Amino acid sequence: MACIEARGLRKAYGNSIALDGVDLKVEEGRILGLIGPNGAGKSTFLNATLGLVPYEGDLKVLGRNPWAERDQLMRDVCFIADVAVLPRWMRVHQALDYVAGVHPRFDRAKAEAFLARTQIKKNSKVRELSKGMVTQLHLALVMAIDAKLLVLDEPTLGLDLLYRKQFYDTLLNDYFDRSRTIIVTTHQVEEVQQILTDMVFINHGRIVLDCSMEDFEARYRELTPRPECLAEARALKPIHERQAIARNVMLFDRADRDKLASLGEVRTPSIADLFVAVMTENPGQTQGAIA
Amino acid sequence: MSISSESATGFEPQTARPDKLSPTRPFYWSVRRELWEYRAIYIAPMVVAGLVLLGFVIRIMHFPQMVRTAVALPPMEQTLYFSAPYGIASVAIAVTGLIVAFFYCLGALYNERRDRSILFWKSLPISNVTTVLSKAFIPFVALPVVIFAVALVMQLVMLILGSAVLAANGVSPAVLWGHWPILKMSLVLLYALAVMTLWYAPIYGWLLLVSSWARSMAILWAVLPPLGLCIAERIAADTSFFASLLDYRLSGYLSEAFHYSKGTNPVADPLALLTPARFLSTPGLWAGLVVAAAFLAGAIWLRRNREPI
Repeated sequence: MACIEARGLRKAYGNSIALDGVDLKVEEGRILGLIGPNGAGKSTFLNATLGLVPYEGDLKVLGRNPWAERDQLMRDVCFIADVAVLPRWMRVHQALDYVAGVHPRFDRAKAEAFLARTQIKKNSKVRELSKGMVTQLHLALVMAIDAKLLVLDEPTLGLDLLYRKQFYDTLLNDYFDRSRTIIVTTHQVEEVQQILTDMVFINHGRIVLDCSMEDFEARYRELTPRPECLAEARALKPIHERQAIARNVMLFDRADRDKLASLGEVRTPSIADLFVAVMTENPGQTQGAIA
Repeated sequence: MSISSESATGFEPQTARPDKLSPTRPFYWSVRRELWEYRAIYIAPMVVAGLVLLGFVIRIMHFPQMVRTAVALPPMEQTLYFSAPYGIASVAIAVTGLIVAFFYCLGALYNERRDRSILFWKSLPISNVTTVLSKAFIPFVALPVVIFAVALVMQLVMLILGSAVLAANGVSPAVLWGHWPILKMSLVLLYALAVMTLWYAPIYGWLLLVSSWARSMAILWAVLPPLGLCIAERIAADTSFFASLLDYRLSGYLSEAFHYSKGTNPVADPLALLTPARFLSTPGLWAGLVVAAAFLAGAIWLRRNREPI
């Protein structure tokens, strides 16, 4: 069973269309990066997945309709929303008591063991914690829940580099196993590149790219051609070209690797570079591969 | 399940755990959460009771003389003399409860949207019905119980303090206990709290509805539309049907649930003032409860559909 299956998912707020026919299938055990500019529809997609907003079209999460069956679905789904949403008046021990009280799959000992490794005191109020600590607390609560799907919407926004790195390390080492599924949206694409198994680019409410990391590594090449090979490289039709310091960098989709190597230095691009390429090649009305 | 290799990390016991909690557990924890967040629910009545007790302590400095004066009065006036401070204090605590209920209801479904913590609450497997009902539980059940308990404890402390002062001055405390109808007055208070809560149910429902709907300044949305409707009706039709409806809702329970007739003596027998049968057969009570249920249903629908502010 696919963890998430969306067909023709639409959502409009008044006249502005947030989701414009999204088809997406996420299999169990994947770590999917949902990447797009602000206002692309990422959060709307996640909110629909979590049963927080009504939508048109077909959507199944863990086999359930999220809007109609949110309460049951939330036993198997956890999420951390884009900004610190833990109530500021709450004390750490109250948060533990509360989640232990209402969630049938919460392992309190696990959450406490995680908190013991941090500077967070059990009697502190959330408002007294630093932003990084609040995220640690939220992560401790979420990781102690034996969920099938974890949704992270900009979980590390506003955190410093150390907390961000620790966040993803913890997630991978202590939480993820092949039976869980994680969806993450973030602007710090470079930081999640190493952990993703799949990525989806979304823009103007549509999916413009949907590929696994294996596909990504097999398909895309970044070439820094030697100056004398510039014209020859351009003839191979790069999907994007950008100016770096005193040289040009070109991005190719499904190009002959040996041919590229003869023209200059070849690398696997970063997701961020591909993102920029795809977004600038498909400005405005993107008619992606999925129509 | 698929988590077979994870026994080392402590997942195995969980598969043995029951997947379902008893349905009352989420409700219980939701109510506790409200009491954590809105501590005024029990602190405000306690503070008022504390102030009352402070006043009472100053008063009983002169207690022995007062008792000597009082015993010279006719028995009815003696009772009034002794129990009047308690009556006033009970009213003060009950009014505190109403004020707390008013502000609690206005904030209950508004604050969680404003600080976006609703996204955290909604990430847990608790239905909107449970959440809204647990919030309604505060003005409908928790606050009246708190008010009653605080008033009862305050009354006992007053009696004990008074007795101690009397005994220290060689006057028998029996005079005080004999003229302090503790049981009857508690019954009257319990009745009055129940009556007020049932009668004000549509008001609490309205406030919760506004709280789940308003994007800002919930208090204005709660108060101005009813006032505006009164004024509009006055100007448009020169009638005051809606205004009298509001007035009846605010104070109508006094005439429906209590009755003072010339033959009875309210001091000797306060229970004779109560007319529970008539109150329960008042159409206004049941109409109000139906409206309250509709408002709560609306609040549940809005909590499901509204987004954080």
